[in-house]
Amino acid sequence: MFEVRWHGRAGQGVITVSRLLGLAAMIEGKHIQAFPEFGPERLGAPMGGFTRISEKPIEVHSKIYQPDLVVVLDETLLPIINVSEGLKSDGSLIVNSIKSPKEITNRLGLKGPSSYCVDATGISLKILESSRGFNTVMLGALTESTKIISMKSAQEAVRSRFSGQLLEKNLKLLETGSKEVIAE
Amino acid sequence: MSRKKVESSIEGIIPYSGEGSTITIEGGAVCTQLGCAYTGDEAVAYAAKQSNVDVVAAYPITPQTIIVERFSEYVADGEVSTKYLPVESEHSAMSACVGASIGGARVFTSTASQGLALMHEVLYLASGLRCPIVMAVVNRALSAPINIHGDHSDMMGSRDCGWIQLYAENAQEAYDLTIQSFKIAEDKNVQLPITVNLDGFFISHSTESMKSLADEDINKFLPSRTPIYKLDHDSPISIGGMALPEYYYEFKRQQEEAINSAKPVVKNVGNEFGEMTGRKYGFFEAYEMNDADVAIISLGSTSGTVRSVAKKLRANGEKVGAIKLWMYRPFPTEELFSIIKDLKVLAVMDRAISFGAPYGALCSDISSILQNRDSEVKVLNMIYGLGGRDIPTTTIQQVFEESLHTAKTGEVKQRIKFLDVRE
Repeated sequence: MFEVRWHGRAGQGVITVSRLLGLAAMIEGKHIQAFPEFGPERLGAPMGGFTRISEKPIEVHSKIYQPDLVVVLDETLLPIINVSEGLKSDGSLIVNSIKSPKEITNRLGLKGPSSYCVDATGISLKILESSRGFNTVMLGALTESTKIISMKSAQEAVRSRFSGQLLEKNLKLLETGSKEVIAE
Repeated sequence: MSRKKVESSIEGIIPYSGEGSTITIEGGAVCTQLGCAYTGDEAVAYAAKQSNVDVVAAYPITPQTIIVERFSEYVADGEVSTKYLPVESEHSAMSACVGASIGGARVFTSTASQGLALMHEVLYLASGLRCPIVMAVVNRALSAPINIHGDHSDMMGSRDCGWIQLYAENAQEAYDLTIQSFKIAEDKNVQLPITVNLDGFFISHSTESMKSLADEDINKFLPSRTPIYKLDHDSPISIGGMALPEYYYEFKRQQEEAINSAKPVVKNVGNEFGEMTGRKYGFFEAYEMNDADVAIISLGSTSGTVRSVAKKLRANGEKVGAIKLWMYRPFPTEELFSIIKDLKVLAVMDRAISFGAPYGALCSDISSILQNRDSEVKVLNMIYGLGGRDIPTTTIQQVFEESLHTAKTGEVKQRIKFLDVRE
């Protein structure tokens, strides 16, 4: 089982991207679960999401406490939330940031897990002329850095969600995320 | 679709090198050849659509679920011919459902939390007037304090309303049980309303991969409703008359007979559904109960978490078992007794408090079926997960460990325990 915990703020597309990852894995014949952690329902409030990917049917119905991967969509959450809590020592952390992964690692005092950074907001502003697409950029970064899903499946998942010009732009966001993600 | 097995860098996950399966959209959900991605709510809405419901009456605002929201989209898009009645309260919603059902229609609705509480009065009319209404209840906490999250307080609060009550572990079961419910409720020997319970957020808002059925298979499984009595202009009858002390009791005695005679129907329908889909249903699912010393019994989504922990303990040689109760009312007294009687310890999970009572509702039932019987099983009651508090595998592990300890020593530390709470 591969378990992902997402951190973002309400309105940033946490639910959408947690489902897109699940869909991509489903395309590859995996069993999946994708669910949000609802808090007070207001835009901008910190919120979490979870995705489980498994070869076998998934029986557990609880939050994820020891994720293989943590994805942080909003860097401003780093001082507020202990994003690396429970992260497996051989797991990964991907942050939407212009900082270097080394800086993130030092800041969080991470010892084991690998860090990755991608300027998802910058990429989204460039391609979409809005920051709203950074969740798709993060999916691209995740695809490249963990290889948990193939790029082709990620594209298929994005195709199922968008159409027309927005689809073309989201495919571009996905691709750019995979190319520009920086490893430690 | 071809899949090559390659050395994996991620434990337990086989890297993918196939071409990918084709994506289709079904009932608004994305599907691959292996299944569809539904939330529990979407799965139930799709099941209701495929069950060719005549009338849906519902209060469309909070605490309503996405079930009715999705169903109203089917109506707006002309995908169903259902009469959809958005009414001004849950009290009105259930009243409209009762009216439509008496008129001979196949009726569906859904609600949650305060919504079910507001329906409470009319729930008794639905069962007393023998209306085979199917209602999905997304189990959520009751105020106060205000809370929107999952627990069983709502349904347990209306436990004695005379409805058949089924509980689903996941989106797949919520879908499957909804389809079966129409067949159970409308059976000539039953003619009673039925709730399909699914845990708020844990199932209702969780996207899972599951399998839906083809419309034609459901049509074969579930023919249209044939009411025994209905309101009809051409042959008028009176329904809902008064029954004073001379007769009221007889009506209620018959109602008790009716809910108990639902048992063979639930069983047969579960078998028939199993023949069609490979997913067999019944009163409960027993995991490794043949030689178990200790077991946990639970309702809803927690059952999966319990089973996953039981599997790990079994792999370590511990004689543990798990029971998932699909059917809470009517209570499968004899069948349940026969699988728990030889246990040393049974831990009973209650996701609601029955304030001031000796135990939670499920544990009271379990304890009462053991009364005056030949069984030495010790019962531990675990109250948990109120207001959406998570129930992780580590807590279930503790429950098993405590049960194993009691089995070994005979010592019962606490007969009722409140798990994971600050006190």
